[in-house]
Amino acid sequence: MSEAAHSTPQGEHPAKEHAHPGAGEYLRIAAILTVITAVEVAVFYIPAMAQWLVPTLLVLSAVKFVLVVMFYMHLKFDHPTFSWLFTLGLTIAAGIIISLMLLFDAFVRFHNMHPAG
Amino acid sequence: MATAAAAADHHYTTTGLNSRKMLFWTFLGSECMFFGSLISTYLVYKNHSTTGPYPHEVLNIPLTSISAFVLLMSSLTMVLALAGVQRDRIGQAKLWLAATAFLGMIFIGNQVYEFHHFVTSEGLTLQKNLFGASFFVLTGFHGAHVTVGVIWLLSLLIMAFSGKLSSKNSLDVEIAGLYWHFVDIVWIGIFTLIYLIQ
Amino acid sequence: MTSVAVPAPHVAAAAHAKTGLWSWITTVDHKRIGILYFVTAFIFFLAGGIEATMMRIQLAAPNATFVDARTFNALFTMHGTTMVFLALMPLSAAFFNFVVPLQLGARDVAFPRLNAFSYWVFLLGGLFLNSSWLFKAAPDTGWFGYANLTSKTFSPGHAVDFWMLGLQILGIASLAAAFNFIVTILNLRAPGMTFMRMPIFCWMTLVTSFLIILAFPVITVALVLLMFDRFTGTSFFVPAGGGDPVLWQHLFWIFGHPEVYILILPAMGIVSEVLPTFSRKPLFGYPFVVYSGLFIGILGFGVWSHHMFSVGLGPIADSVFAITTMLIAIPTGVKIFNWIATLWGGHIRPTTAFHFAVGFIAMFILGGLSGIEHASPPADLQQTDTYFVVAHFHYVLFGGTILGIFAGIYYWFPKVTGRLLSEGLGKIHFWLTMLGFNLTFFPMHLLGLWGMPRRIYTYDKGLGFDTLNLVCTIGAFVLVISTLVFIVNMLKSIRGGKPSGPDPWDARTIEWSIPSPPPEYNFAEIPTIEHRDDLWERKRSGKGPYPQPANAHVHMPNPSYWPLVTAIGILLFFIGLMLSIYLAIFGFVFTAFGIYRWAFEPAG
Repeated sequence: MSEAAHSTPQGEHPAKEHAHPGAGEYLRIAAILTVITAVEVAVFYIPAMAQWLVPTLLVLSAVKFVLVVMFYMHLKFDHPTFSWLFTLGLTIAAGIIISLMLLFDAFVRFHNMHPAG
Repeated sequence: MATAAAAADHHYTTTGLNSRKMLFWTFLGSECMFFGSLISTYLVYKNHSTTGPYPHEVLNIPLTSISAFVLLMSSLTMVLALAGVQRDRIGQAKLWLAATAFLGMIFIGNQVYEFHHFVTSEGLTLQKNLFGASFFVLTGFHGAHVTVGVIWLLSLLIMAFSGKLSSKNSLDVEIAGLYWHFVDIVWIGIFTLIYLIQ
Repeated sequence: MTSVAVPAPHVAAAAHAKTGLWSWITTVDHKRIGILYFVTAFIFFLAGGIEATMMRIQLAAPNATFVDARTFNALFTMHGTTMVFLALMPLSAAFFNFVVPLQLGARDVAFPRLNAFSYWVFLLGGLFLNSSWLFKAAPDTGWFGYANLTSKTFSPGHAVDFWMLGLQILGIASLAAAFNFIVTILNLRAPGMTFMRMPIFCWMTLVTSFLIILAFPVITVALVLLMFDRFTGTSFFVPAGGGDPVLWQHLFWIFGHPEVYILILPAMGIVSEVLPTFSRKPLFGYPFVVYSGLFIGILGFGVWSHHMFSVGLGPIADSVFAITTMLIAIPTGVKIFNWIATLWGGHIRPTTAFHFAVGFIAMFILGGLSGIEHASPPADLQQTDTYFVVAHFHYVLFGGTILGIFAGIYYWFPKVTGRLLSEGLGKIHFWLTMLGFNLTFFPMHLLGLWGMPRRIYTYDKGLGFDTLNLVCTIGAFVLVISTLVFIVNMLKSIRGGKPSGPDPWDARTIEWSIPSPPPEYNFAEIPTIEHRDDLWERKRSGKGPYPQPANAHVHMPNPSYWPLVTAIGILLFFIGLMLSIYLAIFGFVFTAFGIYRWAFEPAG
């Protein structure tokens, strides 16, 4: 952390905060989110995409997630502290999901016998 | 270092960041663990149901895609509401706050319809199988979060109509916005992991 | 060299009473809340101690009939649950509350009403949980509540409901407090107090708070799933419906392991304050102690299945968790070496607080040694579910946390009350504790390895358990006496103890620069910090005391009863879940009402 704390009263907005995305930017993001959602649904229905379904959907939804967090929740323009506070929880949560899936063999597609000892 | 004077200021913070905003982001980090545990339960129990109905039999992708889209658009209206408040365009703020709450209510409406349909027409209840249990608990808690969000937004709307909302307390709307967007990104996760990846 | 007396500045006239029951009910002052936590937690500690003593009486001899099996099960369940959630955690919270704002140079925590709310929810949750005794429905399924013993089939009646719902209530209290302390520590440090100049106790509070906000949601979900199983007939943990009881274990321990670090880190923080003060040396390797604390916190999320080595996870899972568990011993060891190095070459002043801090190191090392033995799955297969494990966790939680807390009590009692605890009685308390504690728990290592299982209400004679069990029980009674000595010391010293002045220990951190007890506003003028251990540096540099203006108008937040109202709503909601949906709805509405009035209350 800083040597001498800059004790900024909370009332002030540092100059960079005024670089809010404008309405146009928000609409652009909304358009991208719509398109991605449409693509996700399309991928779901196209049989040829079946084997790529999971990675594609994961990537696409991750992009939507990041767009909303960075732009609508303003994390891209805010102080890194907020990002850290959120990312810590998000990362551990993701770790728990993956660990539990591994521990319960949820990634094993073909479950023809009890899990190997 | 005019620090003593600054520290005496009511709103002094070491980082220069607003304490309520900091509290809220910390809360959202914690909520990731809450929803992460519910999602884990769902994913761990996928394919463990001893009897149907099964996801591919009952999940309505077209309908849910539309409601997912509705929720995404409500995030748009939310940031527009915030922009309105920050610029002291309270008329705009009222419009977009109302729009966000309205879209939220449509989302809830769809959830209610979906739950009702599953229970009465598909025979999928909480007790029927693990899919029913984990699906209803996960999406039910999400829906409860959306409902709380709608009530929060309506409260802000009432404040706006009472002349109590301005750029001076735009933080109130900003924090409500953070909550609302969070509920949206949780749905992005749920829509993908539960509906699209079967 | 003691600090100069501080002239009391003029404080803005208070419109509200400072004494009397109502002032305590509506207080939002962190110091008062800290005292409330301490008194309440200490009473629960005594309750947990009584439960333990009753168990020890039952186990003093083979085939005893002091209590029956069901009562014994309730005793170990409530002893564990009480000690973890109603005694150790809130005792730590008492220190967070009283000490952290003072060490940071703040006037209060970031959200004073939220702070009061945490206390009231804790109190009501603890009363709710313990009310189960009155209804002859004390939970009896262990403090960890393994499924599917906790299902409606195997635990009809309300016993498990009390445990399940009680923990949900207590979880809310812990979460609220943790959010508050994170923001307080990040945002209310005095000017110049960078993170690396912050007292270690504040660092440990910060890490503990992060552990709470990340781990408690997981047990919240586990309990929610159990609630659905018990109240609506789902099969989350019911094998017949496809459910897997092992999922409960995973979810519980993903919370439960970070929870044990939540239990130990605050005491480590206390010890890290006490040792330097009474060695008259700075903490050796301050950055290492900080980074170790952070590392323990993060890695603590990666070891949970070491509580499940006998469940049949398979060799890969077992190996992964064995390795992570062994790794976590490293930062713990680093801290221990740093404490010892702090003592080395120091000018020791062997106060009672110092004794307890050194006792902590010794006992915690023993607990750590048994702990690292559990890290090996094949070894653990012998040790798990035996008294060997009971020995381990009592060495780290009693020998560790409790001794650390006593060190903190002896150290900070003067700051809270303006008086010193008796050193004479303190030394007696210490040695009786060491004797009683080791008598009670050391033999359990042997009993465990000789095959005595945990959670049994009696044992047969001729198994080789008789003598040592008797020794354990005698030790328990020695602990009873030591606790009585402590209570006498406290009661005598609150009014009659030697006046301490602001800085009886010639200490290092800034809470010792203000009067004992501190004025409501803590610091007349927030100090500017230039060093780690700033007070010590200041005393030695000849700079004189911190500037204290003669006339300071300090406005403190108004008291409020909305935190209590909201807490009552939450209690009613959870009671309603157990008894009546109408009460639950009423509780929900009442809570919402409380929140609205709180939110729109004019700022204090």
